[in-house]
Amino acid sequence: MTERVYMKGNEALAYGALKAKLNAYFAYPITPSTEIPETLAKEFGNPEYPDFKVFLQAASELEAANMVLGAAASGVRAMTATSSPGFSLKQEALSYAAGMELPLLIVNVNRGGPGLGNIAPEQGDYFQMTKGGGHGSYHLIVLAPNSVQEMASFPKIAFDLAFKYRNPACIAGDAFTGQLKEDIIFPRIEPTEYDVSSWAVGDAKGRERHVLNSMNLDPEVHAKHVAHLDEKYKMIQQNEIRYETHLTDDAEIVIAAYGIASRICKSVVNKLRRGGSKIGLFRPITLWPFPYDEVRKLTEHAKRFLVVELNTGQMVEDVRLGAEGRARIDFLGKVGGLLPTEREIEDKIAETTSV
Amino acid sequence: MTAQLPIQEDFRKKLGKLEALTDKPTHYCQGCEHGELTRLIASAIENLGIREKTVMIDSVGCSVLAFDYFNIDHIQSPHGRAPAIATGLKRVRPDLAVYTVQGDGDTLAIGLLEVMYAAIRGEPISVFLVNNAIYGMTGGQMAPTTLQGQVTTTTPYGRDVGFTGAPVDGSKLISAIDGSAYVKRVSLAISELETPKGKTYSIKNILEAKQTIENAFKVQMMGGFTFVECLSSCWVNWKLPIMEAKRFVNERLVKQYPLGTYKDKFGIEKK
Repeated sequence: MTERVYMKGNEALAYGALKAKLNAYFAYPITPSTEIPETLAKEFGNPEYPDFKVFLQAASELEAANMVLGAAASGVRAMTATSSPGFSLKQEALSYAAGMELPLLIVNVNRGGPGLGNIAPEQGDYFQMTKGGGHGSYHLIVLAPNSVQEMASFPKIAFDLAFKYRNPACIAGDAFTGQLKEDIIFPRIEPTEYDVSSWAVGDAKGRERHVLNSMNLDPEVHAKHVAHLDEKYKMIQQNEIRYETHLTDDAEIVIAAYGIASRICKSVVNKLRRGGSKIGLFRPITLWPFPYDEVRKLTEHAKRFLVVELNTGQMVEDVRLGAEGRARIDFLGKVGGLLPTEREIEDKIAETTSV
Repeated sequence: MTAQLPIQEDFRKKLGKLEALTDKPTHYCQGCEHGELTRLIASAIENLGIREKTVMIDSVGCSVLAFDYFNIDHIQSPHGRAPAIATGLKRVRPDLAVYTVQGDGDTLAIGLLEVMYAAIRGEPISVFLVNNAIYGMTGGQMAPTTLQGQVTTTTPYGRDVGFTGAPVDGSKLISAIDGSAYVKRVSLAISELETPKGKTYSIKNILEAKQTIENAFKVQMMGGFTFVECLSSCWVNWKLPIMEAKRFVNERLVKQYPLGTYKDKFGIEKK
């Protein structure tokens, strides 16, 4: 059943998770992510969602994250959501979960930083989300929605990836995608059944015990474990790249942006195309794995890139890595909750192409 | 290989082979009560017939390698967070028995919020706190339970409670929380006994602990939060001979941390 609804991104994400058969949510309130636990608290006990068995508000971000870890260890669909300062506190549990290979979902509705920053939209957590974030060699699988529509459909994709690879998945929202209210067609979500029998804890009858552990004191054994994780990350890089391109086939200039910034950039591309510019938009959807190859392919015809982010330059480093020096990469960043206007983006393009 | 005291060998023989234990020898130091606790928990699990439905949360500290010793399912925990992980698991699987074995630093310093909130919510789990008044795994630093004047590597001139705050009484603290159901402090240290026939050892403390641990699992299954504080020695870091360290537990530690039942909401001890 599809239905037309008008709702906030955070609400859409909550319903998307419920329709993907969310089993357990562990909450800690933080603006601008709080509508997610609020929506779920309201729906807790609704017979429409019989799989949603646990909603619990924790006493801290650390506690909530570790509760998710404990629930995930039994093989259920468990998640939490937070925003930047809270996301920092989640890193401990995420590193352990990656080390133990636990599938779980964490949502980060990115706000201003560093420190307490503010509650306005930013994309300043890009490095933290895509490069590991906690200690050790690991990655989260990171999906960046740019609309309320995608906030609704991504939880199911994130759970599928998390369970397929036994790795934490992260939805990288921002205060815009979270707070924005849009008219959407609620997507039809067919939940997947996952086989967790080879690793989940709890029913040891007739099998060897399951030990979910991230520690090996023997360097050789631990090296093997980390190599195994690395193999898995290589497979994810090979199989799970997602991105969107808009008018890039013949583009000589490419704007690269993700999340809410990509929406503004798309308008700019459409406008400049009408004026005859060969310009296109490249929007990574998986921030990790990052579509490096696709950037490299674009450099076959695009010699100029403008990366637009709500930070002081983070994804731009990955675009540079992908371009391998074959194109000129410029950057436009806005922070503190400010958004680049279409005019500013156009001016930046004019400035860099006239050089 | 570390030699065992004759009394420990006797005791192990008496308990016999337990299905809830693996065959792996533990890394615990000779004379350390972690070994006793491991056997006692395993025997409680076995007596109650819950091995296949029990999950241990492994915390950071001397019990960090316990996944090698208990033949049950395990989840590793970050330092101090074991009760939060236990909560997450127990909430989605209320049919399981879930327990943690945590040190004094893990439980009463870095993980104080987690254990207190698990108690506040009355999570039906069992926390076994090993209180040996020192950080053992990291080599003998001051713990929340280190006594006034006690020398550790971070209090080389003795702990000055006027400066560091007073030792934390975990059992008192947790029993004061409405949500806790069963709180008891036991000693795991054997004591020397003078008899007309000469010197022998008393395992009275250990038998008491054995019953207490079984009670904790039973109360957990009745739906209550359970907390068993096990006074233990750490002769290596205390820099005392083994039996002197055990004497220190039963003579000095018990003065700061009196043994006994701090809370028994369901009256399990009367049953």
